[in-house]
Amino acid sequence: MAMKRIGVFICHCGRNIAGTVDVKKVAEEIGKREDVALATTYIFMCSEPGQKLIEESVKKYNLDGVVVANCSPTLHEKTMRNAAARGGLNPYRVEIANIREWAAWPHEDNPEAATRKAIRIINATIEKLKANASLEPIEVPVVRRALVIGGGVAGIQAALDLADAGIETILVEREPSIGGNMFRLSETFPTLDCPQCILTPKMNDVAQHPNIKLYTYSEVESVEGFMGNFKVKIRKKATYVDWDKCTGCGECLRVCPINVDSEFDLRMAKRKAIYIANEQAVPLKALIDENTCIRLQFEKKVKEGKIKPKKNVKICSKCADVCEPNAIHFQNNEEIVEEEVGSIIVATGFEVMPAEAFPELGGKYPDVLNSLQFERLLAPSGPTAGIPRRPSDGKVPESIAFVHCVGSRDPQSGVPYCSRICCMYTIKQAMLVKHALPSTAVYDFYIDIRSNGKGYEEFYHRAKEEYGVNFIRGKVSKIYKVGDKYRVQGVDTLTGRIVEVDVDMVILATAAKGSEGVKDLAKKLRIPYDEWGWLKETHLKLKPLETPVGGVFIAGAAQFVKDITDSVSQGSGAAAKAMALLSKPQLEKEPLLAKVDPEICAGCGRCKDQCAYGAISIDPVRHVAVVNEALCEGCGACSANCPTTAIQVVNFKKGQIIRAVDVLAEVF
Amino acid sequence: MGACKVHIPIKSISIQNLKVGEMMKYTIKKDPHKDERVQEIIDISGQNIFSCYQCGRCSSGCPMAEFMDILPNQVFMFLQEGDVDTLLQAKTPWICAACFTCTVRCPVGLDLAAVMEAIRELQLRKNYDYVDPYNVEERDILPPIALVSNFRKFTP
Amino acid sequence: MGKKIMFYPGCTLKGVAKNLEDSTIESARILGYDFVELPNWTCCGAVYGLAQDSVKFTIANVRNLIKAQQYGKEIGDNRLVAVCSMCYNNLRRAHIDVMKNRDKLHTLNIFMDEEPDYEGNINVLHYLQFLKDDVGFDNIAKKVKTPLKGLKVAPYYGCLLLRPDEVAIDDREDPHIMENLLKTLGAEVVDYPLKNECCGSYHTVDKREYVAERTYKLVSIAKEVGADVIATSCPLCFFNLDRRQEIAKQKHGDFEHMPIVYFTQLMAIAFGLKSEDVLHFDRHYISPREVLAPWL
Ligand SMILES: Cc1cc2nc3c(=O)[nH]c(=O)nc-3n(C[C@H](O)[C@H](O)[C@H](O)COP(=O)(O)OP(=O)(O)OC[C@H]3O[C@@H](n4cnc5c(N)ncnc54)[C@H](O)[C@@H]3O)c2cc1C
Ligand code: SF4
Ligand code: SF4
Ligand code: SF4
Ligand code: SF4
Repeated sequence: MAMKRIGVFICHCGRNIAGTVDVKKVAEEIGKREDVALATTYIFMCSEPGQKLIEESVKKYNLDGVVVANCSPTLHEKTMRNAAARGGLNPYRVEIANIREWAAWPHEDNPEAATRKAIRIINATIEKLKANASLEPIEVPVVRRALVIGGGVAGIQAALDLADAGIETILVEREPSIGGNMFRLSETFPTLDCPQCILTPKMNDVAQHPNIKLYTYSEVESVEGFMGNFKVKIRKKATYVDWDKCTGCGECLRVCPINVDSEFDLRMAKRKAIYIANEQAVPLKALIDENTCIRLQFEKKVKEGKIKPKKNVKICSKCADVCEPNAIHFQNNEEIVEEEVGSIIVATGFEVMPAEAFPELGGKYPDVLNSLQFERLLAPSGPTAGIPRRPSDGKVPESIAFVHCVGSRDPQSGVPYCSRICCMYTIKQAMLVKHALPSTAVYDFYIDIRSNGKGYEEFYHRAKEEYGVNFIRGKVSKIYKVGDKYRVQGVDTLTGRIVEVDVDMVILATAAKGSEGVKDLAKKLRIPYDEWGWLKETHLKLKPLETPVGGVFIAGAAQFVKDITDSVSQGSGAAAKAMALLSKPQLEKEPLLAKVDPEICAGCGRCKDQCAYGAISIDPVRHVAVVNEALCEGCGACSANCPTTAIQVVNFKKGQIIRAVDVLAEVF
Repeated sequence: MGACKVHIPIKSISIQNLKVGEMMKYTIKKDPHKDERVQEIIDISGQNIFSCYQCGRCSSGCPMAEFMDILPNQVFMFLQEGDVDTLLQAKTPWICAACFTCTVRCPVGLDLAAVMEAIRELQLRKNYDYVDPYNVEERDILPPIALVSNFRKFTP
Repeated sequence: MGKKIMFYPGCTLKGVAKNLEDSTIESARILGYDFVELPNWTCCGAVYGLAQDSVKFTIANVRNLIKAQQYGKEIGDNRLVAVCSMCYNNLRRAHIDVMKNRDKLHTLNIFMDEEPDYEGNINVLHYLQFLKDDVGFDNIAKKVKTPLKGLKVAPYYGCLLLRPDEVAIDDREDPHIMENLLKTLGAEVVDYPLKNECCGSYHTVDKREYVAERTYKLVSIAKEVGADVIATSCPLCFFNLDRRQEIAKQKHGDFEHMPIVYFTQLMAIAFGLKSEDVLHFDRHYISPREVLAPWL
């Protein structure tokens, strides 16, 4: 039954709307409609009295539908629906007409046209509303478990908070150990804490927590389901070692003859073919790198028929020979496990661009490193025990240059944004160099020092005043090798002179980007990301941890590069979000979903092909499309592609939309 | 410049010749965004000079910078402050070699070589000769491209 | 007779840079190509105009492109090869410019009413590109008779083969095309960090001291990294790096001379073309004869 007693509430939004749109006139015009029982205006519809007005009017005028003409529905649709519901109206009989963003703001210079357009928008909305059905939210059960992807400090914090709240949590980390980038750091600004000292307790808590199930060296293979009910497949990569038996004694590493670059040390040190990620790894377990182990390579070639094994050849098994608990079995133990969870937190962190990406800045030279590599050389537990040495010849540098903004703030050859942490960590590294090597000269080429955190500006001043770091304002353009030295060709834009200095080592503060492979993961989760690999939040200010996919949250540097303080805060924040969700016995889901009319449906399956959520199947017996309400997101892709209009989204039926468009498209 | 003859631009602003206060104070009299000559330079060069954020990379990479009196990045600052006069008196635009190093490295994609040309054009279009084509030494040994390019850049 | 390819020599090759012209044409001949001079070509203008509101520097180049369009149809090939970096840069920029700005092309087509319109299908190539993509370095290797074994060469690109980005024949910050060619010839290539830095260009006319400073730096660093010679493709770079060593030497007591050669001369020598008719070492201020003696 079409509605006959509609209430229309026109918001002034202070002067935002009323400053341009003649709201009185709009109310007058709309009030002339037969199906409108009430058309009125109010200064702030979203305020308490504004909501009250809706609630009371519903009762007083016995309204059967409500249009609120105000701002974008993403802001206040819910508020208005609830207000009407309190007055006894089904909330799905409330529609928003956006006259602020669509009429008032774009036509500030032409109030008359803005007013006409506002009237038109409201009329169209009424046409759409009139055929709205009363709906009830759909209830779905909740699995009271959570998944955290990424075991950096943000993911660790999220997992611990969830587990402490009694929620069983699965933590998936693709590297052999948790800890993330923070575990690579030397010391941390602005307090100069030792990151390993403050992070290992948390890492051990993760390993020991009865509510945490830890999968390291594992990756998310696929994600199905929806808020409250996700089914996740996790691929545990092959380690060739039985981790139940491995004690982490490290005997095997001592005998393995193969040396390769260490991933953890970012090529600043070597590891063996069988290795433990680092000395404080959690879990402390050995694994074999199948690409470099002599035995596994041999077996692979035999299997592929590339070589024929001679009889009685002795192939390396040195590691297994010394392994007391017999943990090394050389068997491919890759495995897929399946977990059900109600909520997912993505904390996959970030990476920094390689120095090699900047040939003009000497990125190809061995002693020109990126910042994260240099953290390893400054780390007391690192390959040089905290005394930086040149990778090329092991020499202790007598002079070092740091270059800020390498690739950052550089839309032409890097990224457009400021990578936010580089100023602070570069200052920190400069200080640590002076600490380890007081007589080494340090030159810091910066464009602007961005020290906008608690204690950060003070930290910068310490570097200037107490540590003797030389700060030069200007971007370096070229670095090249002359003899044994690296010539840094810079500028001091403050004195207006070209500055050249020869140094032993150069550290490039290269731009940060989202972790490698994060885009694939985001696709599996159906969450948005930008071109640099940062996961996109629902609202930068107000919903920084949420994603458009219900039940999936983001935390830490995965959202955008940030320092440890902010990463930890976001880890806790996302955990709280997940807890709020998982604390409910049932979840309510919007009922604005696709519905099939089996009388018209021809079973062609076009809708099924369009649905990104796998919500549609074709009933093999009746030969019609069937929608799984739990999976459907109400996007409407199906109905737009249905040749017979058999599948339509409730309250967005074709007739409704066409009537609304007809009104909008009338000639002005 | 040794033996070769060079027309010195209208007034050179070498630091020594300046009176106290002449160089170190500049009064902004008008919003540089509304300055016609700044606009003219924007039009001729096709570059939004206001997008420069003073990183300095144009200067540090410039092969000719050490011979200039105003660094390339400073050229942008003078423009952003509406001080076209100083640029018209400066040596810098006539020392730029149009090598495009700054152009390709500028993080915001500014073509500084084109801006330098625009500043020269403001003078050249007033029929100004920076070099005298009839008075060039070594004519017999200079490759034709040297002469052609020089005259194209330095004469109307 | 080899395959006919249109060749744009440019003014300088016809005069002081005979060493570049002959070594280019003769090396191409060895590779089976007959470089025929574009009929009635005119000067490229040497530097491309950067003012947005002017087409005066574009017109001569478009005229050249139109001539290539006509002659190209005759010989059934749309490639136009230049070896002088400035000529290459100008022709290529003009082509890209008018293809990007159709209005500009339209204006020019109307202005040049005596000629046919430019249709936009001339493929302007630098000789290095032609050697890499159309001939192939493996085919070049087959023609090497005197490998330049032991000769340490600093490849020098200068500006106009690499900048601006739209005309770059290789990675502008770390190009390798000349390196790969020189290696094909058997030479040892040094890692020359200033290979893409400017030589001072046209300032050589009125500010030769400045250019001499550039030469001092470019040659000294080449020496520092162990080069015997610097190889280039641009007659202006060649002139500056070669001739301005005179002033560099006067000013800097520590300066040591180094011969400058065209990469095409090295190619000719490797192909066994060693006569003065091809190499024209008399055109060099610093003679490369001594340094190259083992291969001559
Ligand atoms: C050179 C340098 C110095 C720094 N110094 C300081 C400092 O002094 N003080 C400070 O406060 N901050 C510092 N930072 C910043 C600090 O490193 C970050 O704030 C912190 O690491 C962010 O933590 P995170 O957990 O969000 O991300 P990360 O540390 O990047 O951790 C992400 C984790 O997720 C894992 N992962 C990624 N993708 C997947 C996937 N698809 N599946 C499973 N797992 C995945 C990664 O392996 C990693 O373990 C520094 C950063 C750099 C680059
Ligand atoms: S089998 Fe040999 S090479 Fe392979 S991990 Fe063990 S010791 Fe190393
Ligand atoms: S509306 Fe249709 S396409 Fe969209 S999720 Fe639901 S069934 Fe799939
Ligand atoms: S184009 Fe001019 S200003 Fe720019 S780097 Fe080259 S010489 Fe310097
Ligand atoms: S490189 Fe570009 S942004 Fe940087 S100072 Fe020069 S013109 Fe400005």
